[in-house]
This record gives sequence, structure tokens and C-alpha cells, in this order.
Amino acid sequence: MAYKTFTRAALVAGLAVGAAFSATAAEEKPKMMMGADAAMLANTCAGCHGTGGNSQGPAAPTIAGLSPTYFEETMVGFASGEIPSTIMNRIAKGYSEDEIKAMAKFYADKPFTKATQSFDADLAAKGAKLHDKYCEKCHAEGGQSPEDDAGVLAGQWTPYVNWTLADYKAGDREATKKMKKKLSEMLEREGSDGVMALLNYYASQQK
Amino acid sequence: MKITRRGFIQTAGAATAAGMIGVPYIALGASKKVVVVGGGSAGATAAKYIRLADPTTDVTLIEANSNYYTCYMSNEVLGGDRSMDDIKFGYSGLGKHGVKVVHAKVTGIDAKARVVKTSDGSSYSYDRCVVAPGIDFQWDKIEGYDAKVAEKIPHAWKAGPQTALLRNQLEAMKDGGVVVIAAPPNPFRCPPGPYERASQIAMYLKAHKPKSKVLIFDAKPKFSKQGLFVGAWKKMYGYQSDNAMIEWHGQQEEAGVVKVNAASNSIVTAFGDEIKADVLNVIPAQKAGAIAFAAGLTNDGGWCPVDLGTFESKIHPNIHVLGDASIATGMPKSGYSANSQAKVCAAAIVAMMNGQEPGTPSYVNTCYSIAGKDYAFSVAAVYRLTEDRSKIASVSGGLTPGDASPEVFKREVAYAHSWYNNITHDIFG
Repeated sequence: MAYKTFTRAALVAGLAVGAAFSATAAEEKPKMMMGADAAMLANTCAGCHGTGGNSQGPAAPTIAGLSPTYFEETMVGFASGEIPSTIMNRIAKGYSEDEIKAMAKFYADKPFTKATQSFDADLAAKGAKLHDKYCEKCHAEGGQSPEDDAGVLAGQWTPYVNWTLADYKAGDREATKKMKKKLSEMLEREGSDGVMALLNYYASQQK
Repeated sequence: MKITRRGFIQTAGAATAAGMIGVPYIALGASKKVVVVGGGSAGATAAKYIRLADPTTDVTLIEANSNYYTCYMSNEVLGGDRSMDDIKFGYSGLGKHGVKVVHAKVTGIDAKARVVKTSDGSSYSYDRCVVAPGIDFQWDKIEGYDAKVAEKIPHAWKAGPQTALLRNQLEAMKDGGVVVIAAPPNPFRCPPGPYERASQIAMYLKAHKPKSKVLIFDAKPKFSKQGLFVGAWKKMYGYQSDNAMIEWHGQQEEAGVVKVNAASNSIVTAFGDEIKADVLNVIPAQKAGAIAFAAGLTNDGGWCPVDLGTFESKIHPNIHVLGDASIATGMPKSGYSANSQAKVCAAAIVAMMNGQEPGTPSYVNTCYSIAGKDYAFSVAAVYRLTEDRSKIASVSGGLTPGDASPEVFKREVAYAHSWYNNITHDIFG
């Protein structure tokens, strides 16, 4: 339930940003041609996130194969500033809700290719156990399923997963109630070693 | 020929496919042949994305060199974090998308006959041509500096042997040496480039030759990402202190370089100061690449006017001009701009060749500058075409905040490297 509330709050915040932008645009800027199709919009992301949304790394995340809802919520969160980022806060504001929906569908239809990256096998084995205990309920199939609108963790680029977890841990990014609970349980018992183990587990999934 | 079941199905399928495609072909009275001149970021992207959108289009890319060295990230070669091989790309990736790659030098384009001519005497006919020649230099703007002098005093503003030459000179320089960069006037390729270059060189000198300095002499009163660069220089290179490793001298001091004295390896500014360098890097004023002039695609300013939604030349129909050579009003001349604009152009070409109206464009530019160890920042924007087609206007974007945390500047380095891997793969892969 908390998850749904969060989603709605983020969407409302996003709309407010959009409205503010339109008002400024109408006063100061000439009218823009709107109505670009999904491929036109989505192909502009490839320069940083890879052709078809599959990133070559080492840090920028793959955006192919995500759940459309997850994609939309993240973009709306970037636009409102609710989700911290380096650059996406500046970029996400440039798209309407409908355009974000179109891009979300475009990338949801593309297959997620797992990253080839280094990992420690022992840590990965430990991470697999921690994942089952704390994360699997929402991030199903070892973190590779986009079902339940969860982020894909398995085969995602490690620095990105690491920094996202750090943002959650620091309270810079608001987690759902369920995730907050599980993450603090994991951190309390396992500390940063637990995070390292999880990162190695996600990195170890390459097929 | 024995007709097997499998063979029969294939033949029948081929006939149906031909029938289906054949009708509109005849109705349009045109084949779908595209010749792309220039295999840099813009040309290679256009060739690939035309094939991705419509594999029935015949695309030939003509490029003089067998490899391409990206100008972006070549400053990391100067700083020592990257090798020449790391910025080198071949054309086999385009071949896999069905692009026919020809290595030849284009000598002219007959816009009326729709034919591209190469120095080996070959002709390539087209329905639509994409010209992406990059930049050339206005050699007449700085006294004493020309293509011949540049073989000793590099510009390194087209990556390749020039980059390697400048790196070698930096490595050979003694500690306590002075590196002088002559920055170009607007408009030019990669607006933050000269200042990222100064940063990368300072990073190298700080680690290996800490008594040395980098001096920038600039005809401009201000420069791209200035606040962010100055912030980085203050933090890392003692900018404006007694031990400053970087100095910037702008129009306020009449510091634009007007003369190069090759014999003494020195420059003379508009004010009349003469500064001797141990390593001298002169980046001259720029204009569209030579083939744009040969094909009559340039205006009086030396750049190519285009429709901003299709990138079709305003001078010669059926020829599209992309990359740094075009006047993409509102967007900077960058690798990301070239890549993004090439996709807009590719979509328009595919639409037009299939008898449709070009769709609504959308553009993005993202540009990272790596100013030192664990320290990068960016400018990014989303752009749309104004309804009167007069400008590609940004609808959102901006710079990394100057007061960003060290963690943000550090993450931007990894994202800069990710950008590089992804955009080069998007272009050449």
C-alpha cells in the first residue's frame, strides 16, 4: 500500500514540475513541435544508456527490459527531484508524461542483456543467500525479474547498483516501506560486507 | 533445380515480398539509395540508423581513412589515462548492419546529377546524400600558422597523429616547462574542449612535472562551463594562487593569438605580448570540412545552412549536412549533438524515401568534461524544434551544480566513461 502512495505522490510532484515548465515555456519560448514517436524519443537515450538501452558500462545502467511502471516512476522521480541523480534530474524534465510512457514501453519491449563484469565467487555465493533472505520477495528470480515493477538487479552494472543502494542507505532516496525494512535489517546484521556480497551476487549473473 | 518443399516456400515467399515492396517502389518511381560522405560520429550514425529503420535502403558510406579517432576523450590521451588505441574505431560494425563501406577520398558532389565522385575515378549515384565532413581550419587567421607548421606545432583538434604528437611533446617536456594553448574563437568543435584539455594536461603535470604550467590564451571573453572549470582548477591546480598551474587569459586582456613564431615556439597576442612555450598547442578558427566547400554547401560564414528538422541543405536539395559542419542553431557542436542529429536526419530520410512526411524530431546533447582525478561535470539538454523551424530550442537541462558534492563529481567520471563506451558503440558497433 505504501508503495502505491509513494507512486502517486511522485506522479503528482512530476506533474507539478511539468506544469511549471509549460507555463515558463509559453511565456518565454516559441511553440515547439510536439508528438515525436517512441523510437525518436527513445533513441536519444542511447548515447549514454546504449543502443536499445543495453549499456556497455562501466556505470551507466541498462534501461532495456525494465517494467514500464518502474521506468515511469523513476523518470517522474528524477523530474521532481525526489530521486537523486547526477544528470537525469536535468534531462527527465524535458519529457511529458505521455512521452515518458512511450519511452517506457519502447524499452520494456527490448531484452535486458546482462553485463559482463568482474566479481568474487565466494562473495557472490554469500550474496545469493542474503538476496534470498532479504530481497527475493520483490526482486524475484535472483533479481532478474522486472515483475511487480521492481528494478532489475541481476546483471546490472555494479557501480550503479552500489550508488543506488548508497543513496537509499543515506536516506537521499526514498525506499518503499517494505524495502526500507528489509534493507535496514540486512544492514544491521551484515553491514557493508552484506552490500558487497549482494553486489558480487548481482554481478555474477551474466547469462 | 529440384523443387523441395523448403525451396518452394522460399521462392514463394520471395515472390510475395517482392510483389509487396515492388508496388510502392514503382508508384514512387524511385529506388532507395543513400550515399554518406564521411565516417565520423554523424556520418556513421546516420548510415547505421537508416539501415536499422529500413533495411531495404541501400546505404554506402565513403570515408578516406580506414580508422576513426574520436576527438572526444582524446584529452584523456593527453592526460595519460587513455591510449591512442582506446580512441580508435574501425568500420566492420557498420558492415554488420549492411552498410557498404568504401575507403576513398571524395572529390566532388554533382547535386544536379546526384552523383558523388571519388579520387580513384569512381562515381556513386544517390537518391539522398548525407555529407558529414567535420571541420577544417581557417589557416589565414593566425599569421605564421598553417598546415605545414601544424606538423610540428600541433592543433590536435582532429584526433589521430596530431593527438599523439602533442602527447609525445608533453612527455618529452622538462619539469618547469610552459605549455601554451591558443583557444579558438566561436563557433568551434567541442566548446568545453580547450579547457578540459588544459585540465587534463595540468593533471598529468601535477603528477609528473609539478613545476610546470599551462597557459591558455583566448580571443573570447568567457568560455563553456567556465564556473565549473574555475571551481575545479581552484580545488586541484591552485588557480589564481601564487602556485597556479593553470592560467587563463581572455579577451579582457586582448589575449587572442594573432601570430605564431614557429622558430622560437612562441605566440603573439592581439595586445602584442610574446610568450615562449616549451609545448605549444594552437587551435585555429574553424569552418566546415573541405568537401562541404567543394560541393557548394556552405554560406559566407563557412558553415552549412540546413533545415533543422531534416538536416537537408538549404542550398542543394537531396543533400543532408550533418555534424560539426552544419548550422544546427541552438545546439553546440559536440559528438552527442552529431549522434542525435544524425538519428533525426536518418528518420527523416527513411520517411521521405518511403513517401511519408518526416516525423516530429527530438534531440539530446550530453557533454562531460573530466577536469582531474575523480572530478568530472556535465552539461545536458533535451531539445525540440520550434514550430517555425528556426531553432532547436532546449526544453530542459543545465550544468552540474557548482556546489555538487565530491561524490557527484566522482560519479560523473564513471558516467563520462560510460557515455564514451555507449556512444561509440552506438555509432560504430
